[in-house]
Amino acid sequence: MSAINKPRTMIVNGRPVPIEGEKTLLDLIRKAGFDVPTLCHHSQLSTFGACRMCIVEDKKGGIIASCSTPPKAGMEIKTNTPRIREYRKMILELMLADHNRDCITCEKRRDCELLNQAQRFGVDTVRFETYSMDGTKDMSSPAIIRHPDKCILCGDCIRVCDEIQNVGAMDFVNRGSNMEVMPAFDMPIAETNCVNCGQCSAVCPTAAITIRSNLPELWEMLNDDNIIVQAQIAPAVRVALGDDFNFPYGTNVMGKIVAALRKLGFDEVYDTATSADLTVIEEAAEFVERLNSGEKLPLFTSCCPAWVKYAENKHPELMDNISSCKSPMEMFGSVLKEKAKKDAAGKKNNKIVKNIAIMPCTAKKYEIQREDLKMNGEQVVDLSITTHELATLIIESGLNFKDLQPEAVDMPFGIASGAGVIFGVTGGVTEAVIRNVVNPENRSELDEIAFTGVRGLEGVKEVKLPFGEERVLSIAIVNGLRNAENLIKAIQSGEAYYDFVEVMACQGGCIAGAGQPFVIGRARPERSEGMYNADKMSNVRTSQANPVTEALYNDLLSGDNAHRLLHYK
Amino acid sequence: MDHEKMSKTIDEIVARHGDRKPIVAILQDIQEEYRYLPKEALFYLADKIDTSIAKIYSVATFYENFSLEPKGKYVIKICDGTACHVRKSIPILNALRNKLSLSETQKTTPDGLFTVETVSCLGACGLAPVMTVNDKVYPAMTPESATALLEELK
Repeated sequence: MSAINKPRTMIVNGRPVPIEGEKTLLDLIRKAGFDVPTLCHHSQLSTFGACRMCIVEDKKGGIIASCSTPPKAGMEIKTNTPRIREYRKMILELMLADHNRDCITCEKRRDCELLNQAQRFGVDTVRFETYSMDGTKDMSSPAIIRHPDKCILCGDCIRVCDEIQNVGAMDFVNRGSNMEVMPAFDMPIAETNCVNCGQCSAVCPTAAITIRSNLPELWEMLNDDNIIVQAQIAPAVRVALGDDFNFPYGTNVMGKIVAALRKLGFDEVYDTATSADLTVIEEAAEFVERLNSGEKLPLFTSCCPAWVKYAENKHPELMDNISSCKSPMEMFGSVLKEKAKKDAAGKKNNKIVKNIAIMPCTAKKYEIQREDLKMNGEQVVDLSITTHELATLIIESGLNFKDLQPEAVDMPFGIASGAGVIFGVTGGVTEAVIRNVVNPENRSELDEIAFTGVRGLEGVKEVKLPFGEERVLSIAIVNGLRNAENLIKAIQSGEAYYDFVEVMACQGGCIAGAGQPFVIGRARPERSEGMYNADKMSNVRTSQANPVTEALYNDLLSGDNAHRLLHYK
Repeated sequence: MDHEKMSKTIDEIVARHGDRKPIVAILQDIQEEYRYLPKEALFYLADKIDTSIAKIYSVATFYENFSLEPKGKYVIKICDGTACHVRKSIPILNALRNKLSLSETQKTTPDGLFTVETVSCLGACGLAPVMTVNDKVYPAMTPESATALLEELK
């Protein structure tokens, strides 16, 4: 055998492991079946090497950080020597010395990575004096809460905010033992350029950044007989909630969610995919209009509130290009509130109607409070809770989620098209809009659209689509705001031209929203597949074929009402 | 601060540094201009060089040399490197702080005349204990000569 063909291997814990293009020792060791602990490593972020939990020992007794060392043929390493175990324990002890250890009352107690590792390595005491606890919390944001006493300075939040989202709301401040993570000048996070995407909380291994919970308000509403509590469930929730109840990744538990909500006291349960159909119809009409006039192109989508906020912060010049359509959540809220108003007209003792949105998203908590989405000065969606909060609600209630019999959502909004459902995954909005513009007549035409390149979890996708006699539409689909930024730069410099651009802030779209049970780097393909399977199972595949939308346009949305209720002011 | 004048100053500083826009070097020039890093200037700079304000603040707080507070007309740096320390630099520091009613946190006199701070090494160990006033070096100091120097500067 020649040297070139000889397989490159190294020894992990006494056994040979082939090197197959792994960039780091960490990847290779994990491939070999050993879970090396990390607190500052995420595969989609740059290597940082701060926490040192991933250390391994080589055969000379050298200690190596496996996250930042490439594998080399012939290398021999061990991952669980007594020395390594002792060092890891010491590292954890030192981290815990500078960490608020009120674990029982901590929001992160169910899934704290620091706590998990302290248990795994048997940290029973902390010998060092606890220092620099000042108890301050930053509660300024509707989406996230910062609790610096729980920060272990891994920097994950800083890197996701900068590298993936190009926002950079926070960074390290000061140095040495005075170092902290905070916005510039210690500003409240709500006063920075934070877009509320919540990805910082998703990567945070502790409770230094958590999602603001609205469950106390929700429990009040559910127990108030004078309130009609409506729920709307976003597409991506159904393929992720199951994670918190040990279903395989990507399992569609929509029926069980509906059943659970009814048992918890929700009076009406709807599917946000239904109003996503309205979004498709409105946005497609807007798109065709702009294509005909040739103005304000490309059309940027507007369903992602983090993206809209980002554009407002960094690209006010693009605001005319962003679709004037409200997001599906806000459209549903507006329609439901309008219906309630109409139903209540002329009657006495009407109950108060509250609309609760269950979303994969933290930015929705901000979106519902936006002034330009209020009707008559009031929010149309009263609360937005995350998928993870829904799991908490179910666990708190004592419901046995696993054994619930699936139920269907309520009429008269009980039908959603497959096009509305796939909003939850990157490329879904585009595919749904294409279905509306092209109006496919059979399944093979639908498949043709699916194979244009709209599907897939890549950060940037391009689609060419024949339109009319001689025109070819150029469409871009991006997720991650840094990808969006690069695309905008290319468009503005004239390097690229697009007619339509879909932007989702989170990598992979809403399925990987910060409100979802978080499985870092995993579960995205399964959740995406879950979305497309739900589409395939729908008997209505296009938004325009949904009888609910037709009925709405003939009634509540007739005349000017469609524009008044479904578009930004 | 006159915003227009400030933005013009920063524009010039940034232009001097070419396309790579080195944050540290730019901040040094801003500090030289204003004797500290004004908040307004940092926000303007962040926009100008397309970097987050958090990143700029991070760099500005990392280096001891940068100051976010206005500094005095005379910036006195007492070397507390090993050589100066063993040749009794701390008594000099204390004498100056006493004389000017300053402390570790309060580094500048309310009249904006003096700032007293320490540096880790000035690289002039042969002259220990050494201090500088606005970058002019004063060798072999004592608490007495240091306070006498204050009177001279006033």
